[in-house]
Amino acid sequence: MENLNLILPEIFISLSIMFLLILGVFKNDSSKITFNLSLFAILITTIITINETFSVTRETLFNESIVIDSMSSLMKIITLIGGFLVLVISSTYLKTFKIYNIEYPILILSSILGMMVMISSNDLIVFYMGLELQSLALYVLATYNRDQLKSSEAGLKYFVLSALSSGLLLYGCSLVYGFSGSTNFDTISNQLNSEEYVLTFGIVFILVGLAFKISAVPFHMWAPDVYEGSPTTVTLFFTIVPKIAALTVFIRFLYVPFLNLIDQWQMIIVFLSIASMVFGAVAAIGQTNIKRLIAYSSIGHIGYTLAGLATASNDGIQSSIIYISIYVIMNLALFSCLLMLRRKEQYYEDIDDLSGLSKNHPLLSLCLLLILFSLAGIPPLAGFFAKFYIFKAVLEQSMYFLAIVGLLSTVVAAFYYLRIIKTMYFDKEKDKYDTDHSLWLKFSLTVSTILILLYFIFPSQLIEVVSRINII
Amino acid sequence: MNFPILSSLILLPIIGALFLFFTKDKEGNNLTAKYVALFTTVVNFLISIYLWISFDQSTSSFQFVEDRIWIEGFINYKVGVDGISILFIILTTFITPLCIISVNNSVKNRLRDFLIAILIMESFMIGVFCALDLVVFYLFFEAGLIPMFLIIGIWGGARRVYSAFKFFLYTLLGSVLMLVAIISIYWITGTTDVAQLYEIGIDVKYQNLLWLAFFSSFAVKTPMWPVHTWLPDAHVEAPTAGSVLLAAILLKMAGYGFIRFSLGLFPFASEVFTPLIYGLSVIAIIFTSLIALMQEDMKKLIAYSSVAHMGFVTLGIFTLQQQGIEGSIIQMISHGLVSAALFLTVGVVYDRMHSRLISTYGGLVSVIPKYSILFMLFALASLGLPGTSGFIGEFLILMGAFKDNFLVAVIASIGVILGAAYMLWLYKRVVFGKLINEDLKKMLDLNRSEYFILSCLAAPILFFGFYPDPLINTIEVSVTDLINTHNTNIASK
Repeated sequence: MENLNLILPEIFISLSIMFLLILGVFKNDSSKITFNLSLFAILITTIITINETFSVTRETLFNESIVIDSMSSLMKIITLIGGFLVLVISSTYLKTFKIYNIEYPILILSSILGMMVMISSNDLIVFYMGLELQSLALYVLATYNRDQLKSSEAGLKYFVLSALSSGLLLYGCSLVYGFSGSTNFDTISNQLNSEEYVLTFGIVFILVGLAFKISAVPFHMWAPDVYEGSPTTVTLFFTIVPKIAALTVFIRFLYVPFLNLIDQWQMIIVFLSIASMVFGAVAAIGQTNIKRLIAYSSIGHIGYTLAGLATASNDGIQSSIIYISIYVIMNLALFSCLLMLRRKEQYYEDIDDLSGLSKNHPLLSLCLLLILFSLAGIPPLAGFFAKFYIFKAVLEQSMYFLAIVGLLSTVVAAFYYLRIIKTMYFDKEKDKYDTDHSLWLKFSLTVSTILILLYFIFPSQLIEVVSRINII
Repeated sequence: MNFPILSSLILLPIIGALFLFFTKDKEGNNLTAKYVALFTTVVNFLISIYLWISFDQSTSSFQFVEDRIWIEGFINYKVGVDGISILFIILTTFITPLCIISVNNSVKNRLRDFLIAILIMESFMIGVFCALDLVVFYLFFEAGLIPMFLIIGIWGGARRVYSAFKFFLYTLLGSVLMLVAIISIYWITGTTDVAQLYEIGIDVKYQNLLWLAFFSSFAVKTPMWPVHTWLPDAHVEAPTAGSVLLAAILLKMAGYGFIRFSLGLFPFASEVFTPLIYGLSVIAIIFTSLIALMQEDMKKLIAYSSVAHMGFVTLGIFTLQQQGIEGSIIQMISHGLVSAALFLTVGVVYDRMHSRLISTYGGLVSVIPKYSILFMLFALASLGLPGTSGFIGEFLILMGAFKDNFLVAVIASIGVILGAAYMLWLYKRVVFGKLINEDLKKMLDLNRSEYFILSCLAAPILFFGFYPDPLINTIEVSVTDLINTHNTNIASK
């Protein structure tokens, strides 16, 4: 008999989704209660997952198709917390656009469920199932503001391109299955040998599909349009939560089934990383819309995360996980600021709208200043340490070219972050924005900014948590 | 456990800044904020004086060391001072209160924010000078960019945005390579602790590349020719207090870095690259002196003169002679005082006439005599007249240079003449000559606070000009030891 306690979080969240759907059918005007209940559900799931972390080292379920280890628990917790915070700061925005409906929290819950399955997957089929569940939910979320042309366009674009990449991924999976005779990661790892050249195609297809999901260059084309078109809160969700899951899957694929084929994929990851870092930095320079800019900036950040993965060492994996955690905090803070740019029922999202913000809203602009410097990687803010650990791991493997290109692209990237700061601090002021933000929005901005600012005092804690993850 | 005096020097300005942050910002002349900032920095100055008094001059080892685990098994928060760094800390704590007194006229809006930026800047600068761990050093070194970017960008002149960006990106570009080098050092030797690195040394085959990586950062910050172009822009556009901090202290970080890290960690590479430094320094001295000669803008002229003076400093450091390095340190301290004073004197007339062009002025001596006297003192100190601190530094550097390389020393001496030329010509055009501009007649002489600031700067310039012993005694043992270690390292090869 399998120990079902291990997948209690997944079971609980699926039951919550079903219950909420039924509730939505039978109760009129149930959006508020659905919101609150789904927050509650995420909270309970988080507590169960955290509880599990302490008791489990590494367990497998269902013929080893699901794995629970320290990495999966940590990534699930980050996903859940990210999902919780996105949901909690969404309500004002959704109400403004009159799309405060029951579907929103349920879709978020389903995509979180999909991601949790992805994170725990140790089998090609389980992985694909989780991926599709989260993708389908995300397609709908992208078009959530369906009366707006841009939102529909974003959803359609995302759907078509994502379906294509899923196709590539499946093809890669079938090739790998063909050569190894198994869908289980551990078995594949034992069966594969690097002399089969066609197998390389399989790996490449899988990596391309995954690179698409985390929007690494050159598979990033969808990101700017989708990020710009989707409702801002959904963009926030896009920029943080799916990336965590996709990164975990990336790590699992590279370091469990394909570990022996490291010569085959290392160059690919290095290329993806360098291309993303450079492109993310250069392409963002000309942007005027903040959401588009964030899209390019997140492409750049994914490049740094991949740099950690390319090292093929535990240090590298750990530094990537640290990077993505700090990135989640920074993006959460950035979007909280963006959601505060509201004046008379309208949201503003151009860089020009920030003009002279520091005169009317000194505290908000101070937070944004810290967040942007942190994103640019200037010490002593958290973003610097994230990059520092990555380059520490990269240089341990003597990959000097990667490190130098990465650091030089931070200088280029610093330019566009500085441009926003310049607009806020050096330019003429405009009208004031509303200040009656929800308590949760203020809370998430304050807490994340404080974390960014004071991270340098206690840098060891995060390392300690992550250091338990030893994949290789 | 002794009282953590260095940490309190670093923390105190931050506490002052936090206090200011929670006070209400008032329009106009915000006296409360100013007093709070002034009080903080004066206390900091007194602490640093106490540090100097209790400093043991007879040893070259690091004193007042604090060593705390920061990132488990990787980085320790380690600070400490020796004879080389202590003077820079005192320079920092001495210049900052003067900056704060001087903001009266130059900063019109958001005074509180300006003071916060200055205080945070002070804390980072002190941190740079007492960090004994490469990562901690890098942290402070880079963090200083944030407040300086804001100081130039928010309170600067007409082209402030361009200058602020140029300053930030130039310096950042230089520094990232240093970060690569620091992490590489960690992987090569297993530590980033400076004192330990001095002992174990770094393998010769890595030294050249690492030296170049550090050089790229320090050369930009010094600034050395040909990467000096950010400095005139930043100086001209920054508000007076910003220019003072920039010239007096920020530039010294690089000179200090050259002595502490380039010389200390990479002795072989330093020998290898001495010709490069000599070449760039000599070009900086001659070339930028000639540029300074042709400037129309007073602030720009002083900025270029800073580049030339820093050329002397780098020249002196890499002579690897006792006199050369001692001269460089004294030259940096002296330049810190003199350039601060010169920027403030320019600030004085700028506040009254709102013009930095030399052609606006002329014949000031009959209108504002007190100002003219002090200006003359600073101009003479800048060109290195005996009896001022500028002389001691330049003289020692040239002495060191003559010992090491005759030709370089001769060319550098020509730079001294050029320095006299542009400074005296500037002084002549501004202070002497006919009073043509009618508006100048309404100018008021120095007010009390300006008089106080300038006298505060004039006193040490003259005092150390006649009696440099306190400075030399402080640095002597450390420099001797540095050179001895260097020579034994080279000899052991």
